[in-house]
Amino acid sequence: MSLDASLKYTAEHEWVAVDGDVARIGITSYAADKLGDVVFVDLPKVGQAVVAGRVVGEIESTKSVGELYAPLDGEIVESNDAVVDDPSLVNSDPFGAGWMIAVRFTELPALLTADEYAALTAE
Amino acid sequence: MTSEAPDDTARRSPLDAVHVAAGASFTDFAGWQMPVRYSSDLAEHHAVRTAAGLFDLSHMAEILVLGPEAAAALDHALAGRISAVQEGQAKYSLLLAEDGGVIDDLVVYRTGPDRFLVVANAGNRHAAADALRERAASFDCVVDDESDDIALVALQGPKAEEILRGVDGFDIPELDGLRYYRAITGDFRGHEVLVGRTGYTGEDGFEFFLDPDAATELWNAIAETGAGSGLIPCGLASRDTLRLEAGMPLYGHELTRETFPEQVGLGRVVVLGKDGGFVGEQAVAAGPAADAPVLVGLAAEGKRAGRAGYPVFRSDDTESDTLPAGEITSGALSPTLGHPIAMALVHPDLREVGTTLYLDVRGTRIPATVVELPFYSRKKN
Repeated sequence: MSLDASLKYTAEHEWVAVDGDVARIGITSYAADKLGDVVFVDLPKVGQAVVAGRVVGEIESTKSVGELYAPLDGEIVESNDAVVDDPSLVNSDPFGAGWMIAVRFTELPALLTADEYAALTAE
Repeated sequence: MTSEAPDDTARRSPLDAVHVAAGASFTDFAGWQMPVRYSSDLAEHHAVRTAAGLFDLSHMAEILVLGPEAAAALDHALAGRISAVQEGQAKYSLLLAEDGGVIDDLVVYRTGPDRFLVVANAGNRHAAADALRERAASFDCVVDDESDDIALVALQGPKAEEILRGVDGFDIPELDGLRYYRAITGDFRGHEVLVGRTGYTGEDGFEFFLDPDAATELWNAIAETGAGSGLIPCGLASRDTLRLEAGMPLYGHELTRETFPEQVGLGRVVVLGKDGGFVGEQAVAAGPAADAPVLVGLAAEGKRAGRAGYPVFRSDDTESDTLPAGEITSGALSPTLGHPIAMALVHPDLREVGTTLYLDVRGTRIPATVVELPFYSRKKN
């Protein structure tokens, strides 16, 4: 698996794309593959405050339930309605159309680099 | 999300190299690394409902019971009347504990006058083999755990028969007369294969028991023959949603050492009053407690599914109604029906079809209606 080096990653198998003070967040293809076909996505509403490490959404597949964690403190500025309407986007395009939320943050915590995340999933 | 470390001690199917080459994702199942899906578990599910799917079930346990008193031994060991099963027939049965709980559910194939093949769940292999051995000890027969020497491949779906007929070098006499829950011995390119018209998907289909050394050749032959008809290899994820839609119990979920057959609608599998009796008969004859939970089917709206282990409540009043009235044993968003379905063990007062119950989905109570099982049945020709 080749990972986009311009993204940051988390141990909860999420990717974070930082643009100014806004972070766009989704789950990695590794996580999507582990879940299987995603059939339900529940995301927080725009304006909601989030705290790093807390569960903010749910990603269900036919087989199991995954949770979406906030990787940083901040406020939801966008929530991807398209992925709620069509959860299969998580499987078909996890790094693109299958993104989940955008969070305006005040401070960027330490996140994993592509290499560090690759090492984490290299089992 | 968490990732699991691979288990170096896990057992691998004789078809493992085929699965790896096909890009399968694997899961640990009863100590085996088996394909959970090849690409998409939804696509695999739909393939079985509309065309055909190919499953590797080599993890399942196969236990032979052989000898002049094999039938009598199985009558004593199992809840059903196995002696009434004719050669070439299969029967679903239960292995019960003395106290009436279920040690395993299994399918018994009579492959000769004095020869039975008992197919048990992988996780219960030793419990089943040990119980059969112990119960057969005073009968003139031998119990032989052949699990390591038998591979199992299943071809399931409405196009299964058509595909099977097209497999080159697979000679199955009397396939025309092979009805549901019948089995016959065939020959695949010099290898003896037991062909059962059985399965765990709710569709027509076949299961093939054969020498592990011949499994890859058979798998590839079926896969190639069926590719043009929409057949794809299918993993355990789709197998689970298929069997759930078909209302079929899964050991460890609907069936446990703590559940009586009657509680889960399997009273019909138990035959009381057989000559010599059977292990667990007294307990099941006395029956479960009057308020013991019973298995129901539940259907909900939306996309949010209740899962195994989630509590079931009588109302959505989280303030006053805090004592669960039951628990989900299996649940998923039904790929075929498009809405959530579940099987649950609930208080017997709530078993009536049409009753509204509430599934506690991680703190949110979602209404669900008691419905008849199965959720899905195939159209019969």
